[in-house]
Amino acid sequence: MDADKNFLVGVFDDEDAVLKGIREVREKGLKIQDVYSPFPVHGIDDALGLKKSRLPMAAFMFGMTGTSLALIMQIWMLGYDWPMIIGGKNFASLPPFIPVTFELTVLLAALGMVATFLIASDLKPYKWPRQFDIRSTDDKHVMAIDLAVNKGKSKDEIARIIKGAGASEVNEKNFE
Amino acid sequence: MQVSSAVRDPLVTGGKTVKDVSHDISRQVEGKPTQLWWMAMAISLALLGWGLYCVCILLWHGIGMWGLNKTVGWAWDITNFVWWVGIGHAGTLISAILLLFRQKWRMSINRAAEAMTIFAVICAASFPLMHMGRLWLGFYWALPLPNAFGSLWVNFNSPLLWDVFAISTYFTVSLVFWYMGLIPDFAVIRDRAVVQGNKVRAQVYNALSFGWQGGAKTWMRYESVALILAGLSTPLVLSVHTIVSMDFATSVIPGWHTTIFPPYFVAGAIFSGFAMVLTLLLVTRVVFKLEDYITIYHIELMNIIIIVTGSIVGIAYITELFISWYSGVEYEGYAFYNRVQGPYAWAYWSMMTCNVISPQLFWIKKIRMSIVSTFVLSIIVNIGMWFERFVIIVTSLHRDYVPSSWTQFHPTMYDIGEYLMTFGLFFTAFFLFAKFFPVINMAEVKSIIRSDSEKPSHEAH
Repeated sequence: MDADKNFLVGVFDDEDAVLKGIREVREKGLKIQDVYSPFPVHGIDDALGLKKSRLPMAAFMFGMTGTSLALIMQIWMLGYDWPMIIGGKNFASLPPFIPVTFELTVLLAALGMVATFLIASDLKPYKWPRQFDIRSTDDKHVMAIDLAVNKGKSKDEIARIIKGAGASEVNEKNFE
Repeated sequence: MQVSSAVRDPLVTGGKTVKDVSHDISRQVEGKPTQLWWMAMAISLALLGWGLYCVCILLWHGIGMWGLNKTVGWAWDITNFVWWVGIGHAGTLISAILLLFRQKWRMSINRAAEAMTIFAVICAASFPLMHMGRLWLGFYWALPLPNAFGSLWVNFNSPLLWDVFAISTYFTVSLVFWYMGLIPDFAVIRDRAVVQGNKVRAQVYNALSFGWQGGAKTWMRYESVALILAGLSTPLVLSVHTIVSMDFATSVIPGWHTTIFPPYFVAGAIFSGFAMVLTLLLVTRVVFKLEDYITIYHIELMNIIIIVTGSIVGIAYITELFISWYSGVEYEGYAFYNRVQGPYAWAYWSMMTCNVISPQLFWIKKIRMSIVSTFVLSIIVNIGMWFERFVIIVTSLHRDYVPSSWTQFHPTMYDIGEYLMTFGLFFTAFFLFAKFFPVINMAEVKSIIRSDSEKPSHEAH
C-alpha cells in the first residue's frame, strides 16, 4: 500500500468534539495526516503537537531588509550620488529619512511574510486541492488518517478508534 | 471552550448555526444581481463616466481648468484627497487595532470596512495624480527612479514624498490584509459551487482562494500572519495620517504650521471613517438581510467610537483656537480670526456644527440605538469632515501675507466633476465587491458562533 493515497476520514460536528477526538486518536497511537476546519480552532496546534510557526521570524527578517534597503537608498542618493542642500540641513540627515524607512520596513515585512506563507502552505491560484470531505469549509471538522502510515492497525480497527473518539461519521477516501 | 459573560449582548442573533453562516453570506454571491443592485450600479457608473469626462478635459487642458489661482494653489483636490484617505482609516482600525485588542465585534464588519479602505485610498490617490497634470511623468517625480537628469533623485526631505511612500504602502498592505481574510471564504463559495454543480464558479473561486483547504497547520500559520499583519498595520495607519498632516504641518503657512496636527488628523480620520462605515453598512445589512450579523449592538459600539473621536476632534479645534491667541503670533492669530469671522465663516461653522455638536447627540441612548438617526448623523459627520479639510486648506491660503494677493476660491465644474467621479468610482467598486465577494468574514464569524451567538429558543435555559 502506497503512502498518501488511501485514507480514513473522520467527520466531527464541532470544535470541542474535534479537539477531544484528536487527543483520543493520538493517545491510541494513530498518526493524523491533518485536520481540516472551516475556521481556526484554538488549541488544535497543541492537540496535534504542531511546532510553533516560524513566520514571525521571517517577517522580522524581511522587515530588517526593508529598513536597511531604505536607509542605504536614501543615504546613497542624497548623501553621495547627488548631494543637495535642502533647508540648510546635512546632505544625509537621518530624521527626514525615518518616514520612508518606516514605510519600506512595513511594506517588505508584510509582503515578504505573506509570500512566505503562501509558499510554505502551498497555496497558488492554479492548484485544485485534494478534498477529503467537501463539508470541511462549511461546518464540519475533518480528520484525515493515512492507512499506509498507520500500517500497524487494520482499517476496521482505525475506523473504530475514530468513531470512538467522537466522530459523527467515518468515510473511506481513496486518491489515484 | 471560551467563557463569556452572560450579560454581554450576543454578537450574532437569530440562533444561527455554523452552516447558516455559510448560507446567509454566500447566498448573495450565488444569486443573480437584484434590480436594486443594477439601479445603484447604473447611477454610480453614470457618475464615474461623467467624472472621467471631466478628468479627460483636465488632462488635455491642464489644471487651469480647476478654480485654483495664484494664492489658493490647493483647494478641492487636496481637500478630497485628505477626506478620502481619512475615510479609509476606519477599515484598518477595525481590522487591525480591534484585532490586537481582541474585540470580537469587529468580525462581522471588518470585511466591508477593509474594502471601503481600499476603495477610499484609490479615490484619494487619484487627486494628487490629477494635480500632477502630466501624470504619465509622475513616476519620475514621485519615485526614486533612474532618470535622464543625472540621475537627479527625489527629495527625501519632503513630506509630499513621504506621502507617496505612506499611501502606497498603506494601500498595498491593506489590500494584502483584506485578501488574506478573503482566501478561506472564497474556498467556502468554491465548495458550495461544487455541490451545486456550477463548474465555472467553482474554478473561478478556487483560483481566488489559492486552492485553500483549511488544514490545521495552514490555519495556525494563517493566524500568525493575521496577527503580524495587524501589528504592522497599526503603526502604519497612524503613520499615514500623521504624514498626511505633515504635508501641512511642516510648512510655514499660518494655520498649517501646528504640532497638534498629527494626532488631530488621525482622530479625525477615524471619526470620518467610522461615519462612512456606518453609512455603508446600514444600507448593506438591509439590502443583503444581514441584520442578524450586523446588529444594533454593533451599531451602538461604532457610535461610541464616533463620540470618542468626535470629542477628540472638538478638543483639537478649541486647542487650535486657544494656541493661536496664546502664542501671540499675529499671523497665526489672524488666520484663526479669519476662519471664525472671515468670508469662509460659513464653512467653519458648518464644520463646528457637524463635527463637534452633532456626534454629542450619541450620548443619548435612543439616538445611538436608532438606525435612522445613526444614518443621518453619519452623513452629517462626513459632510463636516469634508468642511474641516476645506477650512484648513482654503482659509489658511486665501489670505496671503500681502493683502494685494488676498482672494477667494471658486470651484469650477471640473473641481466638482472630479469629486463626483471618485464617488462613482468608490460606489462602483463597493457594489461589485458586495455582489461578488462575501461581505462578512465567514471564517471569523463561525469561530464565535459557539461563544457569542444568541442560542436558538429551544436550547435557551
